[in-house]
Amino acid sequence: MGIILIKHFFNLLISFWVLTIFTFVLAHFFPQGVSFIFEPLTDPSLAQDTPTNIIELTIQLSQSYYYYLNQIFSGQLGFSSVRGTSVFEEFFIYFPATLELSITAMIFALGLGLPLGIIAAKQKNLWQDKLIVSTTLFGYSMPIFWWAMLLVMLFSLLLGISPVASRIGFEYDIHPITGFMLIDTLLSKQPYATEAFYSALNHLILPSVVLGTVPLAIITRTTRSSMIDALAQDYIRSAKSRGLSLTRVLFKHAFRNAMIPILTILGLQVTLLLTGSLITETIFSWPGAGKWLLEAVYRRDFPVIHGGILAIASFVILTHLLLDLILTYVDPHLRRQQ
Amino acid sequence: MNSKEQYYFHTEIPSTFSRHWFYFKQNRLAFLALIIFILIMLVAIFANFIAPYDPIEQFTDSIHLPPSWYDEGTTQFIFGTDYIGRDIFSRLIYGARLSLFLAAVVVILSASIGIFLGVVSSFASYWLDVLIMRIMDFILAVPSLLLAVVIVAVMGPGLPNAIYAVALVLTPHFVLVTRSAIKQQLQKEYVTAMVLDGASKSRLFVYSILPNILPPIIVQLTFAFSTAILEIAALGFLGLGAQPPRPEWGTILSESHHNIMFAPWSVTIPGLAIFFTLLSVNLLGDGLRDAMDTENK
Amino acid sequence: MDRLQYRIPLILIILISIGGCNNGSPSMVRDHVLVYCSEASPQSFNPQLVTSGPTFDASSRQLYNRLIEFKQGTSLLTPSLATRWEISDDGLEYTFYLRQGVKFHHTNYFKPSRDFNADDVIFSFQRQWKTSHPYHHVSQLSFRYFDTMGMKKLIKRIVKINDYQVKFLLTRPDAPFVATLAMDFASILSKEYADYLSILGTPQNIDTQPVGTGPFQFIRYQADAFIRYKSHPGYWKGKEPLDGLVFAITQNPSLRFARLIAGECDLMASPLPIHIQVAKNYPQLQVLSEPGSNVAYLALNTNKKPFDNPLVRKALNYAINKKALIKIVYNNAAVAAKNPIPPNMWSYNKAIEPIPFSLEKAKQLLTEAGFENGFSMELWAMPVQRSYNPNAIKMAELIQQDLAKIGISAKIISYEFGTYLHKIKQGEHQAALLGWIGDNGDPDNFFTSLLSCAATRSGNNSAFWCDDEFDQLVRQAGIESNIKVRSKLYKKAQVIFNQANPWVPIAHSRQFVLTNQRVKNFHLTPTDGMYFSGVSLASEKTIPSNNQIDKEQ
Repeated sequence: MGIILIKHFFNLLISFWVLTIFTFVLAHFFPQGVSFIFEPLTDPSLAQDTPTNIIELTIQLSQSYYYYLNQIFSGQLGFSSVRGTSVFEEFFIYFPATLELSITAMIFALGLGLPLGIIAAKQKNLWQDKLIVSTTLFGYSMPIFWWAMLLVMLFSLLLGISPVASRIGFEYDIHPITGFMLIDTLLSKQPYATEAFYSALNHLILPSVVLGTVPLAIITRTTRSSMIDALAQDYIRSAKSRGLSLTRVLFKHAFRNAMIPILTILGLQVTLLLTGSLITETIFSWPGAGKWLLEAVYRRDFPVIHGGILAIASFVILTHLLLDLILTYVDPHLRRQQ
Repeated sequence: MNSKEQYYFHTEIPSTFSRHWFYFKQNRLAFLALIIFILIMLVAIFANFIAPYDPIEQFTDSIHLPPSWYDEGTTQFIFGTDYIGRDIFSRLIYGARLSLFLAAVVVILSASIGIFLGVVSSFASYWLDVLIMRIMDFILAVPSLLLAVVIVAVMGPGLPNAIYAVALVLTPHFVLVTRSAIKQQLQKEYVTAMVLDGASKSRLFVYSILPNILPPIIVQLTFAFSTAILEIAALGFLGLGAQPPRPEWGTILSESHHNIMFAPWSVTIPGLAIFFTLLSVNLLGDGLRDAMDTENK
Repeated sequence: MDRLQYRIPLILIILISIGGCNNGSPSMVRDHVLVYCSEASPQSFNPQLVTSGPTFDASSRQLYNRLIEFKQGTSLLTPSLATRWEISDDGLEYTFYLRQGVKFHHTNYFKPSRDFNADDVIFSFQRQWKTSHPYHHVSQLSFRYFDTMGMKKLIKRIVKINDYQVKFLLTRPDAPFVATLAMDFASILSKEYADYLSILGTPQNIDTQPVGTGPFQFIRYQADAFIRYKSHPGYWKGKEPLDGLVFAITQNPSLRFARLIAGECDLMASPLPIHIQVAKNYPQLQVLSEPGSNVAYLALNTNKKPFDNPLVRKALNYAINKKALIKIVYNNAAVAAKNPIPPNMWSYNKAIEPIPFSLEKAKQLLTEAGFENGFSMELWAMPVQRSYNPNAIKMAELIQQDLAKIGISAKIISYEFGTYLHKIKQGEHQAALLGWIGDNGDPDNFFTSLLSCAATRSGNNSAFWCDDEFDQLVRQAGIESNIKVRSKLYKKAQVIFNQANPWVPIAHSRQFVLTNQRVKNFHLTPTDGMYFSGVSLASEKTIPSNNQIDKEQ
């Protein structure tokens, strides 16, 4: 187990190294704005020296890279060039909204995708299976910006049962404590706290469905195929022949083993959800990190772009690590291999 | 009657291609998808013959006309007109040309770089392999659209930059597919036999490995194609890809987003165009993969 | 297994019912909080630092007071923090008598210990005026309005006579001076708060955590999401009928409209012409409308080729079909412009012949200028919609078509609005779509702010056109106090403007606001400001719900 941890830690280091090199290079390409992050201004005479050969250039670059690492690990991500606010602080204002949306979308995708996948596997090649598989293909081919607009048209504009945009009804004054609206409304001491909670929940549904659609399709398909594989194994046949109930066979024996491929693709879903949040947040005017970054792009607010991509990529790398660790814990093959 | 059979017992082994084709044809849905896809391609290629109007021509007298099947619609504009009186039908057809062309460029770009890197990393030294794979992992880890958006932010909005950005995002998939396919082949016995025969790395690659890694790459090509269409449309929708008045599908949708309440058709129709194209490409990809998988079983 | 299949619809039903839950017993919060769907995030909460309407709406118009203000819904002046004022005979000395007992906002970041007095007035002006003032360089933004209005040179001295009496000494007589003091940039900040922040070492907070005397006080702001205010309990005019005010920042106009219909907001900024058209289908909406005091124009950068050539500028004036623009972009809710000031403003020169739409004439002028084969240019368009221009991109696309007909190929370029304005101030554009909303009902506000030589330096004169004769006339009219003489001078200036054509004046639009029927006592102002003081909300129950409306249709 120790070796596995070291290996993961090593991978993590390399990933962060690639990430910081990328953002470092990116910062050099920005037309304006973020240079204050990585240029030490202690000795101005040194800064004016133009390197004459490759070695000097390398030294200078590695020095400034070292400085840059120091800065970002101490949480110095600079200040928004539009608002003058700290990028680091802003990220923690906007990111919880994205996280809340992504988690609900994931719950939606797993909550619906796993049972659908299991049903499809159980009824392989029957009409249920065909219906589910072709529906997933629809979900997979759906441009989510269009899908979002269709749902808004139907549920918000035509039927009026879902709010059009934002996280909560604006009449509710909820003091941000955790940044998660569902939790904050419950913690709130306002007289209308419960009502605000339902409002927040209601606002979450449509965006989560939109964001969760593509993961739903992928999870359903993966569950189906890994369940089919698992159900074809000898031990399932023996379990059945021992007369165990179908539910028990499905969940206790087959599903446990089918879990592993599903866990493997979850990492990909995290990336996918953050990609989708860019569009979902724009359409639903959701004040999350995706919209925050996109606005920064429109405004050419480079410190925010730089800080945002660094923070989001770090988050993805860390979740991948976490999932890897869970996977090693769950999967006996991986445990034994090391 | 085959002449060889006159002398000895002989059955012609069908070529790889014809075997794949045989299995593919049996999948009726995929076959239908292929036909639809070819039709869309034809529409794109002959856009200037099919489209009744110039995509940026403005008919200032007929603004926001609904499609012809509505009472207020006219047959002059089948799918109606948009907010400055351009024919939606013509814009969609030219949009097909633009979107498919861009996606093709993106796929060619990312496939050639991706396959090259995949080959390099599977034959190169351990450290180079690790380096390439880590970089690819990184690109995969960053949300694709976010990466594209950032690249466009640095280089400025516009089509060429959007193409580079999406190509970069798609490259790692090709690297991974190529590399894992090669690694798989390298463990096969026929390869060991060739190595024992003293074949050089390049000979080994061209004559025995390349033909065998083509199927997964072809499947990857179709999926990359659908992703490319989607990502370019998404960039267009966010105003960072094709710039108006260019008729690109994502851009058309983002323009009609403003009229969602009064002209719902201007949202549904362009969306359907993207959706059906993606659906047919994805079905095609699924069909191809199944056909080639069946072959392997 | 079969049980499993039944479970899925069950889960779906649960999910849907959770969604419908909040139809339960509504508390009455919604009846006391007005939600305004605004169009943009404010650049700052200090009105002294900016020139954009949405920022004034979010700052000066809710949080602050001025010495003198416009009577709500008009451009008439009325006493505010100054109860009265005296002007000396030579027009050089203005004495203001200040109101007593005016309370500043009591917030969780600052607790004021004294009432408003003369120190606050002097602080608010000195900060903008004196470069040596400790608060002058606190923000990265500059005091552009103060500079553009020429206040730096105009004010000679500001003297505190006693705690409730302040005297302004001017270097020359200035007719619109009192009206100028009613403008947003002349808002009064708290000196005590500034001193307190200096001690804390966070002087920059004065612009982000505002403290004023206005009807509402600041609670919280999240960029691009919302601004939250509550009513100021100690407001000198009495507490507001509303308890709270929220700006729901929604850049997308169709989303704003959808929110208004859904009842998520009560009032919507800058509706599109199509929204006005369909609003009558929704009985819960009301349309408020007034002729605006504004102008939309295409500024031609006279510093850049080929627009340094007056013939080319004239050609563009002939080539653009204003009638089509007004029909398509404004949905006919505007009149074509020929002068820089709107027709409802005094001194508007009716005698000027509007330039007709004529491609032949335009081509002929281009040939004369040596561009018989046309040229290519950049056409800049605002990404946002303003009351003077509901859709600049659409307008640009139409202009692009017009120009193509005389051989000019225009490339449409757009930046985020802040960047857009900044780049134009730097003079990076060739031709840019812009507009202006008058702030004080005085023609000087158009001529000096937009077309004077001084404005080329501040960057507000986006044509960078500096004509000595024109400048002379406008300056003279600014000093003169006789309105007839001033009118004559401005009329003459308009003739010069129409010979030189630094702009293609496009339109003067009507201004509209869409509100919920519940909103009472809201008034549009000619200066396009949003003032929520005095506004109240009728109870939600009196308004038909969405479902009923569907049935009626």
